[in-house]
Amino acid sequence: MEACHGHGKEKESQDLPRVLLFKPPPDFHLFGDECFSSNKFKFLKAWESPLPLDQFLKTHAQSVEAILSSGGAPVTAETLRLMPAVRLVMTTSAGLNHIDIAECRRRGITVANTGNVFSEDVADLAVGLLIDLLRNISASDRFVKQWLRPRQAAEGDCYSLGIGSKLGGKRVGIVGLGSIGSLVAKRLDAFGCSISYNSRTKKPSVSYPFYSNVCELAANCDILIICCGLTAETHHMINKQVLSALGKEGVVINIGRGPIIDEQELVRCLVQGEIKGAGLDVFENEPDVPKELLALDNVVLSPHCAIFTWETFKDRQKLVVENLEAFFSNKPLLTKIVDND
Amino acid sequence: MDNNSNNIIVLMVCPVSNYLEQEIEKSFKVFKLWHFEDKEQFINTHKDSIQAVVGSAAAGADAELIESLPKLEIVATCSVGLDKIDLARCKEKGIRVANTPDVLTDDVADLAIGLILAVLRRICESDRYVRSGEWKKGEFKMTTKFTGKSVGILGMGRIGTVIAKRAEAFDCIIGYNSRTEKPNLNYKYYPNLIDLASNCQILVVACSLTEETQHIVNRQVINALGPKGVLINIGRGLLVDEHELVSALLQGRLGGAGLDVFEHEPDVPEELIGLENVVLLPHVASATVETRKAMADLVVGNLQAHFGKKPLLTPVV
Repeated sequence: MEACHGHGKEKESQDLPRVLLFKPPPDFHLFGDECFSSNKFKFLKAWESPLPLDQFLKTHAQSVEAILSSGGAPVTAETLRLMPAVRLVMTTSAGLNHIDIAECRRRGITVANTGNVFSEDVADLAVGLLIDLLRNISASDRFVKQWLRPRQAAEGDCYSLGIGSKLGGKRVGIVGLGSIGSLVAKRLDAFGCSISYNSRTKKPSVSYPFYSNVCELAANCDILIICCGLTAETHHMINKQVLSALGKEGVVINIGRGPIIDEQELVRCLVQGEIKGAGLDVFENEPDVPKELLALDNVVLSPHCAIFTWETFKDRQKLVVENLEAFFSNKPLLTKIVDND
Repeated sequence: MDNNSNNIIVLMVCPVSNYLEQEIEKSFKVFKLWHFEDKEQFINTHKDSIQAVVGSAAAGADAELIESLPKLEIVATCSVGLDKIDLARCKEKGIRVANTPDVLTDDVADLAIGLILAVLRRICESDRYVRSGEWKKGEFKMTTKFTGKSVGILGMGRIGTVIAKRAEAFDCIIGYNSRTEKPNLNYKYYPNLIDLASNCQILVVACSLTEETQHIVNRQVINALGPKGVLINIGRGLLVDEHELVSALLQGRLGGAGLDVFEHEPDVPEELIGLENVVLLPHVASATVETRKAMADLVVGNLQAHFGKKPLLTPVV
């Protein structure tokens, strides 16, 4: 759709339905202010007003029907109560835990996320972190770049950083076989891994072995990959018991949310050699990372950037615009509400 | 094998692993060339007793060595690559050659994909971003998606084929260049390497190093791959014109590179050290516990087969 270029169209744009933005989306900084633009709606930008948010909403947002939540801007019950006309909350994330879903349900407000637009990138990073971890890629790269020569020339043994571990034939346990988990499974299948999973419910169309208990899954795999969402039930689900079941030769990859793992316990296990290694894109208190991890070569650390690709941001912009346009045209949305567990 | 085999002398020309040394020593007498300061003198002294040479990707048996060992019967390399062995001379003299194919194929392919992801998604750079505390100051940068990209494979042998299968799991579009087109492959064949490079975003070098393929990835190929292109080399350093590669990366004519091999290992061009769009590994594509053991076992197995007058397990010549 053509972007709405202000000037000559100001008269027309006054009739356009408005979408509330609480904060400037990160996309604006990277792609410019027009990246979510459409000639079917315009944005009401709360941050451009000197008024505190509740006053701003009371004054300017009484007839606004749609909210675009971006950059994790929370959509609370209080906020929603100040907007009597709202019928849609669209978030640029896949996760929904920053939105008061119960209040939306009560009010009959549709909630839409970005569906599976990120899933491939997140799955790719999970695999990238895993290969990096098993094959010491980041550790070797910084080793070479610091001009430290491997011992192999002198002593004939492989490589002072520690030789790697073969991926093929390893047992992979996926926690949460949703869109991301399924893509991870498809990729690792091609590497000769055997896949099993734990999920809230067994998936009838899936042939991978199902474990109803994450501890049992951990006991039966070499590689545990966290692909589920964060809820009250999954908070600290990967705990001392699960890590112990995973064992000394086991590794864990987390591309879900930091609090799914008991981070303190994970750090302890890594430092004491009770699990072999970890690849982490998410942490309990981002951007803080436990300092013990910074000194370890058997971890790969990633700054919560699993979705940060140019291609996916562009795909997401397109999806957001199309969804909002569909909403205002009374057409079916492209992405439906997803239960937040 | 009877006890007399302990009299057979094997010359290891470079260090490989303690495990390999121990295993060979169980059945043979081993000389380790790197323990001797004056290698020429050592060879002169022992030339009439050395019956086998064991090498690796780092060193093998060139014409000079072969000529200086009149009793040489077999060269067993702990590698799949044969570029350090004068095959023609071995053939001429009836010297057997054995390598370690297949057992390392998966690991090498895994590393190729690992390098692609590391370069495209800036995994090593982002790991440093966290470790250095930079994350506290701001978000990491945008990177490049891998799924769905076009991957060109130079050399559709054992390793190239397995790389292609893994890339397919990421919905990549596969093209390849090889000496000849392979029947029954669903991938597009490009008889010209420059055409392949022009039509892919990621070029993986997976062919063997021979006289014909030295510097096969040259300036024209690199330019065809282009400013958004990424070069991955898990073959041999000499397959790529390293000087041209460095200059292309410095000038932005090539988008990035993931390299496990170099022209003069263990030396790495200094200019690459500071580049964040480059991932450098110290020739570790087969470096897993499982695979290195399998490779060593194959070397020993080939030696035992030869001196036990049985067929070689993995003969080349």
